[in-house]
Amino acid sequence: MDLEIAHFNLLNENAATTATEFTSPVKEEYKRKLAENLLHEVQSPKSPKILAFNRRPTSPLTGEIEQSLHEYAALNDINSSPSYRHISSTPERILDAPDLKDDYYLNLIDWSCQNILAVALGTNLYLWNAETGMTSRLMSTDDEDNYITSVAWARNGKDIAVGLKNAEVQLWDSDKKFQVRKMTGHSARVGSLAWNGQILTTGGRDSRIINHDVRAGDDRTSHLIGHRQEVCGLKWSPSGHHLASGGNDNLLHIWDGAAVSASLYSSTSRMQYLHRWNDHQAAVKALAWCPFKANLLASGGGTADCCIKFWNAQTGACVSSVDTHSQVCALQWSIHQKEILSSHGYSQNQLCVWKYPSMTKIAELKGHAARVLHLALSPDGTTVVSAAADETLRFWKIFCPPSYKKTSTKGDESGGFAHINIR
Amino acid sequence: MLGMAIAQSTRDIITLKGSAALVGEFFCYAVNSILFQRGVYPTDQFDKVKKYGLTMLVSEEERVKSYITTVTSHIGNWLETGKVQRVVLVISSIATKEVLERWNFLIQTDREVTDKGILRQKSDKEIMGEIQAIMRQITSSVTFLPNLEEPCSFELLVHTDKDFEAPNTWEDSDAKLIKKGQEVKLRSFDTKVHKIDSLVAYKLDDTDV
Repeated sequence: MDLEIAHFNLLNENAATTATEFTSPVKEEYKRKLAENLLHEVQSPKSPKILAFNRRPTSPLTGEIEQSLHEYAALNDINSSPSYRHISSTPERILDAPDLKDDYYLNLIDWSCQNILAVALGTNLYLWNAETGMTSRLMSTDDEDNYITSVAWARNGKDIAVGLKNAEVQLWDSDKKFQVRKMTGHSARVGSLAWNGQILTTGGRDSRIINHDVRAGDDRTSHLIGHRQEVCGLKWSPSGHHLASGGNDNLLHIWDGAAVSASLYSSTSRMQYLHRWNDHQAAVKALAWCPFKANLLASGGGTADCCIKFWNAQTGACVSSVDTHSQVCALQWSIHQKEILSSHGYSQNQLCVWKYPSMTKIAELKGHAARVLHLALSPDGTTVVSAAADETLRFWKIFCPPSYKKTSTKGDESGGFAHINIR
Repeated sequence: MLGMAIAQSTRDIITLKGSAALVGEFFCYAVNSILFQRGVYPTDQFDKVKKYGLTMLVSEEERVKSYITTVTSHIGNWLETGKVQRVVLVISSIATKEVLERWNFLIQTDREVTDKGILRQKSDKEIMGEIQAIMRQITSSVTFLPNLEEPCSFELLVHTDKDFEAPNTWEDSDAKLIKKGQEVKLRSFDTKVHKIDSLVAYKLDDTDV
C-alpha cells in the first residue's frame, strides 16, 4: 500500500503540471501538508478541513436501519419541521429544602456524573442519591454563622468543593466522607466555584478569582484580578480553553484557559482577561457554555437587566441578546437538543425553555413560589432540578435524548454508523 | 451588495449567489448520476428528469435523496463564503470499508467576487454546455472504470478552509484516500465565479497488469 504516493498524487492535482517527475515546490507543499497533519500545526488558514455530514444514507442492499423518514427529516437542517415532544408542565418530583438561603449570589446545588445531587442548606451539605432516593449529610460547618456559599462536584463525581462564608474552600471526598483539603486565599465569602480537571477556580466577594491545583502538595495558586465586586458566576468551557466569570459589577470576563493553567506553575501570577463585556446592566450570575457549539457562551443578567446574551468567546462578539423581562438567575443548555433553559425571579418565578438559535420560547414551567435561584442537569441530560427561594427542589423532565440512540446500530451497514458529534 | 437585485440589461450576469446555487445543483445531479452509472444503487430506484438539455437520473429512494439534497444545499450555501475547496464523493465497499472510487471536484472561487462583490459575466448557454460535457463524461466513464463487484456505499466529503465554521451536523473526517489509485482527469466548468475541476480516482483492479 502506498498511501503516500496516492496522497501525493492527489495533492499534485493542484499543480498545473501533469508531469510525473517531482518538482520541488510541489514536494515542499506535500511536506508542509504532511507536517501539518502530523503535528497539527495550523500553518496557514488555507489548509483544508475535511467535513462529512453525520447522517449517512443507508446501504441499498443490506437490511434497513430503522431510521424513520420523519426522524431523518427532523434531523435534516434544511427541511426542518419542528419535531414535537411533550414537556410536562408539572415537576416529576418535589423535595423539601429547608434553610436554602435566599441569596442571588450563591451557587448552592450541583449534580454529579455519579447521579448524586449536592444541596447546601444553611450550614449543612446534603447529598441526595437520585437513583435510590436516599439523602445523607456529608458535612456541616461548626459555626452557625458560617453558612455554605457554593458547591461544585469535581469531574470524577467523588470529590466535592465547598465554598464558605468565612472565605474558606473545603474539598471533601464524598465516598469516604472526609475533608481532603482546605484552601484559603479569599478575604470574603466564596460564592462561586468551577472545576477544570485538576484545577479548582474559586470566586469571592472580595472580587478575586483564585485558581488552585488540587493535586499539588503545596497549595499552588494563581489569581485573576479584574472584577470590582463579588464574583457570582464562574464557568469553565467544556474544552478548558476559556474561563467565564460574571460579577456583581455587571462585568463578564473571559480568561484564557491555557494561561491559567500555566500561571499555576510560573511566578507571574497576574493575568489579563481576554474579553471584558459590560453590556449587562445588572449582576451576571447565570453563565453556561454551549455543549454543541464551541466558544459559545450564554449569560443572564439580574433584575435591572433581564437579558440573556450570547457571546463568541473566540471573536469577542455578542451574538445575540434576548430580553426575558425577568431577573435571570440561572442558565442550563440541553445536551440533546439545541435548546437552553433559563430560570427567573419576580414576578413569575418560572423556568423558560428556548429553542436555539431562534430563541423562540418552547415552554414555560411554573410552580415555584419564589425566585428560582439555581439549576442543575442530571447526568443523562433529561432532567433539570431547580432550587428556589421557596425552599423546594423541583425536578422537571424537559429534555429527551434523540430516539435514534435507542435503535441498535447493526454494525457498519451504512459504511459508518450514525452518531451525534457533540463538541 | 452581493444579493443585489438584477435589473441588468443582459441575462449573463453571474452573481455569487447565483453561481453558488448553480454549482450546488450541479453537485446534486452529478452525484445522482454517478450513483446510477456506477451501480451503487439499483437502477429501478432512479427516475428520469430533464436537466442541462439531457435526461438526468435522480434517485427517488427517500434516504438517499434526502441525504444528497441536504448535503448539496449546504454546499450551495457554503460556496457563497468562498471557503469551500473541494467536494469528494467517496464510494467504498460495505464489507471491507475500503475506498474503491473517489470523485474529486476541486473548487476555485474568484476572491474578487466573494470579497468585493464584483459581478462576472458568462452566458448561461456556455455554462450549461460545459456541465453537459461533464455529465456525458460521467456516463462514459463506465468504459474505463473497473466494475464495482460488491455492494458499496457512498459518502460526500467537503474540504474547506481551516477557519470555516461548519454547523454541528457536520463532523471532521479523514480524507478517505485510495490505496494504489489510478486517476483520470475529467472536464471542468467555469461560471467565472467558481471553477470546478473534476477527476476520478479509482482502485486499480488486481487483474490489471
